[in-house]
Amino acid sequence: MSKLDAKIPEGPLKDKWTNYKNHIDLVNPANKRNIDIIVVGTGLAGGSAAASLAEMGYNVKAFCYQDSPRRAHSIAAQGGINAAKNYQNDGDSTYRLFYDTVKGGDYRAREANVYRLAEVSANIIDQCVAQGVPFAREYGGLLDNRSFGGVLVSRTFYAKGQTGQQLLLGAYSAMNRQIGKGKIKMYNRHEMLDLVLVDGKARGIIARNLVTGEVERHSAHAVVIASGGYGNVFFLSTNAMGSNVSAAWKVHKKGAFFANPCYTQIHPTCIPRSGEYQSKLTLMSESLRNDGRIWVPKKMEDVKAIREKKLKPTQIKEEDRDYYLERRYPAYGNLVPRDVASRAAKERCDAGYGVNATGEAVYLDFSTAIQRYGREKANMLGLENPTAEKITQLGEEVIEAKYGNLFQMYEKIVDENPYKTPMMIYPAVHYTMGGIWVDYNLMTTIPGCYAAGEANFSDHGANRLGASALMQGLADGYFVLPYTIGDYLSNEIRTGKIPTNLPEFEAAEKEVTERLEKLINNKGTKSVDYFHKKLGKIMWDYVGMARNEAGLKKAMDEIAQIREEFWKDVFVPGEMNELNPELEKAGRVADFLELGELFAVDALHRNESCGGHFREESVEMDGEQEGEAKRDDVNFKYVAAWEYTGNPREAVLHKEELTFNDIELKQRSYK
Amino acid sequence: MSKGFSTSSVGRKILMALSGFFLLFFLLQHFVINFLSVLSADAFNETSHFMGTNPLIQYILQPVLLFGVLFHLGMGIYLDLQNKKARPVKYAMNKPGENANWMSRNMIITGIMIMLFLGLHFYDFWIPEIKDKFIDGIWDNPTKYYEHLVHKFADPVRVGIYVLAFVFLALHLLHGFQSAFQSVGFNHRKYTPIIKKLGTLYAIIIPLGFIFIAIFHFINHSH
Amino acid sequence: MDLTLKIWRQKDAKSEGKMETYPIKNISEHSSFLEMLDVLNENLVNEGKEPVAFDHDCREGICGMCSLYINGEAHGPDRGVTTCQLHMRMFKDGDTIYIEPFRSKAFPVIKDLVVDRGSFDRIQHAGGFISVNTSGNTQDANALPIPKPDADKAMDAATCIGCGACVATCKNSSAMLFVAAKVSQYSYLPQGQVERKERVLNMVEQMDKEGFGNCTNTGACEVECPKGISLEFIARMNREYFGASIVSEK
Repeated sequence: MSKLDAKIPEGPLKDKWTNYKNHIDLVNPANKRNIDIIVVGTGLAGGSAAASLAEMGYNVKAFCYQDSPRRAHSIAAQGGINAAKNYQNDGDSTYRLFYDTVKGGDYRAREANVYRLAEVSANIIDQCVAQGVPFAREYGGLLDNRSFGGVLVSRTFYAKGQTGQQLLLGAYSAMNRQIGKGKIKMYNRHEMLDLVLVDGKARGIIARNLVTGEVERHSAHAVVIASGGYGNVFFLSTNAMGSNVSAAWKVHKKGAFFANPCYTQIHPTCIPRSGEYQSKLTLMSESLRNDGRIWVPKKMEDVKAIREKKLKPTQIKEEDRDYYLERRYPAYGNLVPRDVASRAAKERCDAGYGVNATGEAVYLDFSTAIQRYGREKANMLGLENPTAEKITQLGEEVIEAKYGNLFQMYEKIVDENPYKTPMMIYPAVHYTMGGIWVDYNLMTTIPGCYAAGEANFSDHGANRLGASALMQGLADGYFVLPYTIGDYLSNEIRTGKIPTNLPEFEAAEKEVTERLEKLINNKGTKSVDYFHKKLGKIMWDYVGMARNEAGLKKAMDEIAQIREEFWKDVFVPGEMNELNPELEKAGRVADFLELGELFAVDALHRNESCGGHFREESVEMDGEQEGEAKRDDVNFKYVAAWEYTGNPREAVLHKEELTFNDIELKQRSYK
Repeated sequence: MSKGFSTSSVGRKILMALSGFFLLFFLLQHFVINFLSVLSADAFNETSHFMGTNPLIQYILQPVLLFGVLFHLGMGIYLDLQNKKARPVKYAMNKPGENANWMSRNMIITGIMIMLFLGLHFYDFWIPEIKDKFIDGIWDNPTKYYEHLVHKFADPVRVGIYVLAFVFLALHLLHGFQSAFQSVGFNHRKYTPIIKKLGTLYAIIIPLGFIFIAIFHFINHSH
Repeated sequence: MDLTLKIWRQKDAKSEGKMETYPIKNISEHSSFLEMLDVLNENLVNEGKEPVAFDHDCREGICGMCSLYINGEAHGPDRGVTTCQLHMRMFKDGDTIYIEPFRSKAFPVIKDLVVDRGSFDRIQHAGGFISVNTSGNTQDANALPIPKPDADKAMDAATCIGCGACVATCKNSSAMLFVAAKVSQYSYLPQGQVERKERVLNMVEQMDKEGFGNCTNTGACEVECPKGISLEFIARMNREYFGASIVSEK
């Protein structure tokens, strides 16, 4: 039987967290001073956890590979953060946020965790406002909200198109206060390369100082992994160049189970790929879908003419446009959840209707919204019979106020004016719902090792709703970990300082150093990027938006082959004891090459379509939902947690059955 | 006042601005008096005599002015040296003209040129004046000023140097006037554009006026 | 397009560096500047040479990690962008491009084009925060209405990404725009009032300790700032500092 115990507290769903908090063991302030906690990653989850734990009195050591904690990739989130505040009086509630999140996640998330997330969501907004996060406001001075894909209420708080930045800078400021006080010791430009276990408990990490190349030992009574997601396994994604799976993967190899690796979110509104040199994809906030209409031409000859630049999209007549989301999903239209929107784009492009040279792009058109807003504005200004130009001008002003920075970004990259011609978009890998398995306490299967934010698997099930990643990261760091870690550490008050000269530290350091030496001394013929790109192509082609058995098996074999080739033939220039970005990349790609295979293994075993995971074998065959994803609750209503056994392909599956007491399982319908 | 004010970067910048304001005001009054020499020799002599003998001006404002000038000069040079030290390795390729105008980047050059000119100016006017009053003890010679002025401006080389110096002054003021407002914290969407226009006018009209005075006397008295 | 690159190479903080020349061919005008450098590095690696180290991460203009002084300008010739958003269409076939690290005593070079901007962090440690603990019991977010114009101004200041272009471009290596952005953000918000005076005094003190130069209001920082942070904020900081200094008891 499975070793997994989710440790969900007893009692009714809505009282679980309160009961839990009332009954945990606490650590007295004098003892907290003698306890060390390591936090790896300084994004929303890691940054907020580090700050909160330091405020409580623990000694925190925080690590990030960037030159400052402020640069973690949470900073790039644009759209917003959800919270069940119901400021708009549109029927929102904790339950509704919980319900939307579970439903949006296609019923593959743990009820109790999601409910807790919804419960603390409101506190996040209070906390952030108190920290001075400049959320958007209405003229009355109160907070403004907007709506997001997959839901019917306006519960998203935002700070222009830079919500992630502002929230991260909020957490960073809280960290700064503690760094100034000496309660957080910050290790910038450091990368965690292994977890150290002593007597089965997480007791420290091995980290490399990326400037000097020195391999260092750091001990602690608990380790928090908040190192983000692993979307870069696809080479091209919207993640930062440095985003990697290494910290999570090392923990996995040391005994933490890895859950649902195949759940990947492909974001529908990204700027399409333009050439071979492409290093990353750029996402534009999903909020664009509030006002943009997505279409491709109905006629193949128009598609061809557009690709040959004989025709401009604005010349295509209204009746010759296929607004395929509005056609297929009349109830939600352009606001269907991300996975649905992405697959629909792929479906059209696979059918040959893609509108750019690569055939992988669809239009996102603001002309209707510009006209609508222009007329509204003209009415507000009391203009009698405004000219068409005036309406367009007023409408463009409204659009600029709402999305100006996104439009500007698009224009900088693509060199086309999106006010005058529709944007081109295509889905791109954006977020990974899967991650390290954690129980209700966010503890992994290794005692004392926690995982938070995107690095863990909890809360989003098989698909994440827009504006929920920021919510989860901050909930984990500000409001969950401070309690749950305390409960664990209450048993550690007599442990004392953990020495770093233990044989376990020595062994772990040796292993890390040997691997680095191996990479440097390999002196093969191919660059790290060569392998990374190769891996990415296989992942995208066979483990991307649509997956099937044959493709996944092929992917598994090919990934294993690339991995073998990598270790034989990779060339890493430079030395170990210096700043060596190629060496950093090599280590990360080596881990991606292992994770990629597990990813495919998981996707192969899950013979159902749910959320971001779409198996071509599992679709509705008839009825209104024909062709839509078909979930299989009878056979797959569980979390797949994989145990490492030495080879990703031979990972052992542990199932955590999901029970839904407070929610009825339904087919996700956005029709 | 906080202890660190006068040694902090922002504090010093504010002090530079305040001394700048003071010099701007001084320059204006100096100009007005000098301009009287164009209108009427008597009026010029009368006012100059008042300025040269009034104890408040002589014993309080004059030292303050001297201090203001020296402070503005000394601090300006000190800050510039400090600024140079803040970038020990220079750029191999730099295009400072792409983002800032020449005046703003070369205040130290225009400033030092003005100071060099002040040396001549002191030699011409201030030192004889001090000599008259404090060494020779002659306090009562109310008609010497106009004569002295006219005499000095008869020399074409001197007039040339004066003209050049005022070009530097104009360049200095083109940035300095509005910069002083920014330094003391005055930047307003509505008023700052007005201040900038005013500054440009001041920076052109006042030096031009001084040049006009010098040339006026040169033309009228050199032959 | 074919280009000639002149790049600053420096082994580590202690070594002397120098400009080196690298020709590069077949660069797409649609690629970004950093993608062009990726191509250069891939070529160097394939030739068995050591690639050029440069900082970069998000590649979408928000993390502030990328730097580079390109052809005499911070983040290159385009406006309102970071180096990662700079596209090669800004250059012409046959151009020679100078690529140097951000230069300042307070930003020592670590390697090649990578500099240490830890001084910025230390300024933030000195006061870039509002002292409020995580509790979940702070007052309701809407209990504190903030006039929209103030909230918008705070947001304008808060968009600073801490890249250091202001310092790199300033002829005096002054960090005032960076510091002013944070000081101003909190000074506009009611939450920031309690520590308002202490904050500006402490942050300026730390800024001076780090060895940045003095502001002479050239305005270059505002022009080169990828986020268009306004000089208004520097004026505001000066005002804040002046006021705080006058009443300070320290």
